[in-house]
Amino acid sequence: MSVIYMLLSISVIVAIVFFVAFIYAVKKGQFDDSYTPSVRMLFEDEIIKEKSNKKKLSTNQKNKF
Amino acid sequence: MEQTTCFHCGDNCSNSIITLNEKSFCCNGCKTVYEIFSENDLTCYYDLQSSPGAIPKEIQGKYDFLSQENIIDKFTEFNDGQIQIATLYIPHIHCSSCIWILENLNKLNPNISASQVNFGKKTVRVNYGIKDYSLKDVVLLLSSIGYEPYISLDDFKTGKAEINRSIIYKLGVAGFAFGNVMFLSFPEYFQVDGFWIEQYKNVFRWLMFAFSLPVVFYAGQDYFISAYKGLRSKLLNIDVPIALGIAVLFIRSTIEILFDFGTGFFDSLTGLVFFLLLGKFFQQKTYSFLSFERDYKSYFPIAVTKIINGEELPTQVYDIKKGDRLLIRNEELIPVDGVLINGKARIDYSFVTGESEAVSKKSGDKLFAGGKQTSGIIEMEAIKSVEQSYLTQLWSNDVFNKNKEEGFTTLTNTISKRFTIAVLSIAFIATTFWLFKDASKAMNVFTAVLIIACPCAIALSAPFTFGNLLRIFGKLKFYVKNASVLEQLAAVNTIIFDKTGTITSNQKSSANYEGVRLTASEETLLKNTLRGSNHPLSRTLYDILDEHNIITLNHFEEHIGKGVEASHNNDRIKIGSASFVGATETSALNTTVHVSTNNVYKGKFTFYNSYRKGLSKLFNKLKKQYDLVILSGDNKGELENLKKLLPTKTKLIFNQKPDDKLEYIKYHQTEGAKVLMIGDGLNDAGALAQSNVGIALSENVNVFSPACDAILDASKFNQLDKFISASKSAIKIIKWSFVLSFMYNIIGLYFAVTGQLLPVVAAVLMPLSSISIVVFTTIATNFLGRKLNK
Repeated sequence: MSVIYMLLSISVIVAIVFFVAFIYAVKKGQFDDSYTPSVRMLFEDEIIKEKSNKKKLSTNQKNKF
Repeated sequence: MEQTTCFHCGDNCSNSIITLNEKSFCCNGCKTVYEIFSENDLTCYYDLQSSPGAIPKEIQGKYDFLSQENIIDKFTEFNDGQIQIATLYIPHIHCSSCIWILENLNKLNPNISASQVNFGKKTVRVNYGIKDYSLKDVVLLLSSIGYEPYISLDDFKTGKAEINRSIIYKLGVAGFAFGNVMFLSFPEYFQVDGFWIEQYKNVFRWLMFAFSLPVVFYAGQDYFISAYKGLRSKLLNIDVPIALGIAVLFIRSTIEILFDFGTGFFDSLTGLVFFLLLGKFFQQKTYSFLSFERDYKSYFPIAVTKIINGEELPTQVYDIKKGDRLLIRNEELIPVDGVLINGKARIDYSFVTGESEAVSKKSGDKLFAGGKQTSGIIEMEAIKSVEQSYLTQLWSNDVFNKNKEEGFTTLTNTISKRFTIAVLSIAFIATTFWLFKDASKAMNVFTAVLIIACPCAIALSAPFTFGNLLRIFGKLKFYVKNASVLEQLAAVNTIIFDKTGTITSNQKSSANYEGVRLTASEETLLKNTLRGSNHPLSRTLYDILDEHNIITLNHFEEHIGKGVEASHNNDRIKIGSASFVGATETSALNTTVHVSTNNVYKGKFTFYNSYRKGLSKLFNKLKKQYDLVILSGDNKGELENLKKLLPTKTKLIFNQKPDDKLEYIKYHQTEGAKVLMIGDGLNDAGALAQSNVGIALSENVNVFSPACDAILDASKFNQLDKFISASKSAIKIIKWSFVLSFMYNIIGLYFAVTGQLLPVVAAVLMPLSSISIVVFTTIATNFLGRKLNK
């Protein structure tokens, strides 16, 4: 058994793994909205800042709704 | 005077400024939203984008129907008795602040566990616990912060639409196979005869075969189906030579590896399908937040309040029967034709006719479906059901079931007919020639011709040109439904405009004063009186008049449906209808407001529609190439005014009912006219559907427009001629890229006919021609776009 068979099968398996990952991602709807995630990822920092402020400011705050 | 803008919504705070925390607000609504956000530490909302908000609307009782179980069911996609998930469409979503605040709804109310925005579709998906919360509460919360969801009858009927992702799957499959096959073909590209390749070539070849199977039978299946459909209706569309090419490539390659003739053309095969699908994907650019298929259903409410024995009950619109007593609140829509029973009705028919002026109705008057009540609560009795109402009847016309794309031959298909015949003749002639010269090569040449002539580049020209142009137009606020609309737009020779709301603008009108000149003190009094009135005509007139000192009125009284009365010191003023101020009623076609001071009649203000900026310039540019027509549902009041403004050749036709407009267009189409209709209201819906291209003009593209082929932002109205000429240039670009791809075909055919087509030549030629077409069309359309921007 030549090494070429092993290399070929590895390369095909790796390709198929990525292909399956792609199909899975499409099925989960990751390609449905290509804009919002790009904005959402930039919020992260501000939310953390918010939380630290919140502890100081509003400990006994009630929600209106 | 320096302009102060509202910190929350960015509107002008000219009338009244409310200040809080050194920030100015235009109204209490905006201030309240700010308070809600600052109480919950969400003021970050204002850091991301300045003035991102909207004024919250009065929604008392409007969403009571959302407490009904069967309606909740239609909206929720998940419901296990504890948690519900609902997706709501919110037209106001427009910036990163909107995304941020809507994804932080859980900070406003702990019952909401998560919320996710889809910016492209302008929807938010909310998960909430239903123990002490409900869908209605979610909607009320959203409305209270200025993000009122848009809920219409359309949501009720359709249910959940399946998202079609097949093009992405197919593109994925083709790309995956293309990459792998390219890899596997490399050894044989470079090493033709060698010990190593002799030993392993079968492994490579059969692997390539395996990879090409899903490409032919899954990714490429649309081409076979479309070609079959085309042939059955005796039409040689572009998919016929493509399907032929794919089939021949696959069969010949399989035979070659089966009998060890050669490596086959699996690389070209997978590459071809991949590039074709890429073109399709590119053209498929759609505006997910816009709908081009709207009818009255997406505009009508789901439920209204019915009064049964003095009790108020939310009822589904479809359940309304003749004789039902309905309660219509402020800002609510009249869903059926009916008779006003009591209350002060001021009906705004702007969505129906485009007329921005609300009309007053007395009890006993007929009310038509589609109007919006704008002052207080009224009661009415239904005299028809929803489907039978005057406006909704229009949708029973056949026009709405017709597919416009049928019966229209695209440029690509016109070319492909001749192309296919030419290719087939070349293939047969070359085969006959080789049959006599060297019969063993005949089959080889026949298949080679079909392979190399596979019109990949031709098939890509139109998708890439139009796809790119759609994008450029979209940036310029002209949203076109699909590529075939652009082709039809280029072929137009008659342009028909609706009047009200289309060539006139909703926002401002102008007024002329006729009568005795008012003194300075009278003008001051007039202006100050108007200041107190909320009637739309008073507001318009107030904005038109010059600035005056603010004085305090001793007495102010508004008589609904008649006018206003006020006094300052010893001067009294009456503003309103002719009978109210004591003038003789003149039968005018235009809207007028009469004025009298101290019981002496002074004169009247006559309102005229104000036309959109650049209207006569646009018409003068268009008149050289197109027949222009104005088709209006209104009376002839504006005839003289329009005659002055527009080129003399323009046809002006008034008093057209929705059906009349449709018939007018139909009649001219039978005479060979290619009609572009530009309208805005629901009453134009029939005309927009009948015309070759129907463009809906919209002041706010997110809100509403009738079914159409394209939506044009009102601010770009005066650039209409540029858009049409750009579509024409696009046709030229496509023709040039056809020429380019024919050159590639001639080179390829030389190899094929002479019987020396090697797989590597095909594998180089195919992507080369496709890529150069893509580059050419992209550069050319971008150049076109740059010209448009100027």
